[in-house]
Amino acid sequence: MKDTPLSNCERDFLLKAIEEKKRVDGRQTYDYRNIKITFGTDYGCCFVDLGKTRVMAQVSCELVTPKENRPNEGIMFFNIELSPMASPAFELGRQSELLVKLNRQLERCLRNSKCIDTESLCVVSGEKVWQIRVDVHMLNHDGNLMDAASVAAITALCHFRRPDVGIQGDEVTLYSVEERDPIPLSIYHMPICVSFAFFQQGTYLLVDPCEREERVMDGLLMIAMNKHREICSIQSSGGIMLLKEQVLRCSKIASVKVSEITELITKALENDKKARKEGGRCGFAESMPRERITALKMDETPVEMTDVMERANDIVQRGEAPVPSPVLPAPGMGQVGEGLQNTWGLEEEEEEDDDDEEEEEEEEEEKVTMMEEEPRGKEEINPFSSFSPCLRMYFLKLF
Amino acid sequence: MAGLELLSDQGYRLDGRKATELRKVQARMGVFSQADGSAYIEQGNTKALAVVYGPHEVRGSRSRTLHDRAVINCQYSMATFSTAERKRRPHGDRKSAEMSLHLKQTFEAAVMTQLYPRSQIDIYVKILQSDGGNYSVCVNAATLAVIDAGIPMRDYVCACTVGFVDETPLADLCYAEEGGGGSSLALALLPRGGQIALLQMDAMTACKGVSKVLDEVVRQHLQDVSVLTRE
Repeated sequence: MKDTPLSNCERDFLLKAIEEKKRVDGRQTYDYRNIKITFGTDYGCCFVDLGKTRVMAQVSCELVTPKENRPNEGIMFFNIELSPMASPAFELGRQSELLVKLNRQLERCLRNSKCIDTESLCVVSGEKVWQIRVDVHMLNHDGNLMDAASVAAITALCHFRRPDVGIQGDEVTLYSVEERDPIPLSIYHMPICVSFAFFQQGTYLLVDPCEREERVMDGLLMIAMNKHREICSIQSSGGIMLLKEQVLRCSKIASVKVSEITELITKALENDKKARKEGGRCGFAESMPRERITALKMDETPVEMTDVMERANDIVQRGEAPVPSPVLPAPGMGQVGEGLQNTWGLEEEEEEDDDDEEEEEEEEEEKVTMMEEEPRGKEEINPFSSFSPCLRMYFLKLF
Repeated sequence: MAGLELLSDQGYRLDGRKATELRKVQARMGVFSQADGSAYIEQGNTKALAVVYGPHEVRGSRSRTLHDRAVINCQYSMATFSTAERKRRPHGDRKSAEMSLHLKQTFEAAVMTQLYPRSQIDIYVKILQSDGGNYSVCVNAATLAVIDAGIPMRDYVCACTVGFVDETPLADLCYAEEGGGGSSLALALLPRGGQIALLQMDAMTACKGVSKVLDEVVRQHLQDVSVLTRE
C-alpha cells in the first residue's frame, strides 16, 4: 500500500518550524528522543525504543563450514526486515530501496569495522566455524530506523551467549546450555550510528529525525562511531550537497551522542545481568509496564513552557476590548458578552421556505462558533424564543 | 596482510606511486552509436563503461513520473570476468543495488532534472575490470557519458577513493590497498563549488582524521581528475 502523501500545509509548517529552530515534538536541534532498552528471556534478544520507533534484534548462532578464502574466521550475517507491521508503506517481500540502504549500512557499520573478533569464532580451522546471525525487525516506524537498528544490533550482540565447545584431539563436543555456561562473544568496540537530517539544501540540520521530519528532509548523513572517537563509517545519501565544515561539525556532535548512548547500553546490560543473577523474572513480558487505567495521568510532553505565561499575558493585555465577565440571566444559564448586530440581513419571511431544523442548525452553528454573537435583533428572537433557552442550555453543555 | 607494505620507507606504494599520486587515467567518449551518450574510462587497471539513454518517456510504471523533473534510473553491474574469481551474480545482489542507489543520488543532485519534466534518464555502468576504486571510476565514467549525451549538468562530478595508512593519506586506491587494512573513503565532488555529492567511508580499522583526508588529498586531486576529464 502506498504511503499517503504529505500535504503541502504540513510540509510548509514543518519547514517553517525548522527554520525557527523549533521541532514538532518540542526537542532541541541536537536532542535525541528517549531511548529505552529491554531484553528478552533468552540471551541475544533485545528491544530498543527510540521515542516511538520500536526495533527488535535477535542473535543466533550455528556451526557451519567457513568460506574458502577465510578458513579460520567465523561468519557474521546481518538481516534487517521491514515488516508491514511497522508502517503501511512497507510491503512484504519487495526489496525496496530503503531496505537495501539499511542493510548495507548495518553491514558496513558492524562488519567492516571489525567490532567482533571473528577469529575467536573458529572451532576447527577450515571445517567448522560459528556463523552468527543478527536479525533485526522493525516493529514501529516513527523515523530514524537506522540508529535504532544499530543500537539494537550491537546491544543484542553484547548480550548474546554462544554455547561452549570442547576440543579433544579430533573430537569436537558441543556442550548444551545445561552442561556448561554459554560464553559471550568477544567484542572490541561498540559502533553506533547517528543520523543527521538536512533541510533547505543543507542550511539546517537535525539529529534523530522523526517520521514527519524524514519526509520533508533533503538528505541524510549517517555517521557510525564508537566511544573512542573512532569513525567506523560515514555515509551521505539523498543527493544533498555537503560542505566540509558541515561534515566535521556533524562528526563532533556524533561523538558526544555516541558516548551518551554507549553509557546507556552498558548500564542496561549491567542491570539485566544483575536481574538475572538475582533470579528475578526477566524478559519482554515483564518489562512491559502494566498499564492500568490512569485516566487523568499522562506523561508530560517536554515542551518549552517557561515563557508561555508571560507571552500569553502580553497578548491578553494588548488585546483591544476587554472580555466581559459572564452574566447569569437565569439559574443554570450563563452568558458572556452582548454580541454584535446581526449583519446577515436575513429576512424573517425566509422561515417559511426553510425547515425548522435548518434554521435551528444555523443558529446553533452561529452560537457555537462565535461566542460573542448577539442573539439577533428583537424581531428575530420572538419566533425562536421557544427554542432559545434549549439552545442556550445546549451551548452551555458543550462547555 | 602483514607482509604487504602499503607504503615503503621511501614513500612508494605497491605499484611505485607516491602517496598522493593518481593512477594513469585514459578516457574516451562516444564509444557506442546506439546510445545517446557513452564513455569508457580506464583508471590504472580498473576499466568501466558507462552508457546513457535519455531523456525519454518514462517506461515501465507510469506512476514513477515526476511532474516537475526527470527521473534518473541507474544500474551498476560488474562483468563476471571483472574480478579474480568469476562472479556468480553480476547484478541484483546487495552491493550492486547499493552502488546503483548511490549513483542515482549523486546524479540526481548534479544533473539539471528540472529541464525535463515527466521524463526518464537511464544510466548504465558496467565494470569490465575491477582493480579498486570501483565506485569512483563509475562516477567519472557516468559523468563523461552524460556530457556525451548532451544532458546539462550543474558541474562535473568527479570521484576518487582515498585511503589512510599510518596518518598518511593515499589517493586512488588499488584493490590490494583497499582490502589490506586501513580505511577507505569514497568521495564524489563538484569541483567548482567544493560541494560533496556523496561521501562514503569504510573503516577496516577505525580512522580518526577525516579532516586531514578531506583537506589535503581529495580536493587537490579531484581538481586533477576534473582537468583530465575536460581533455
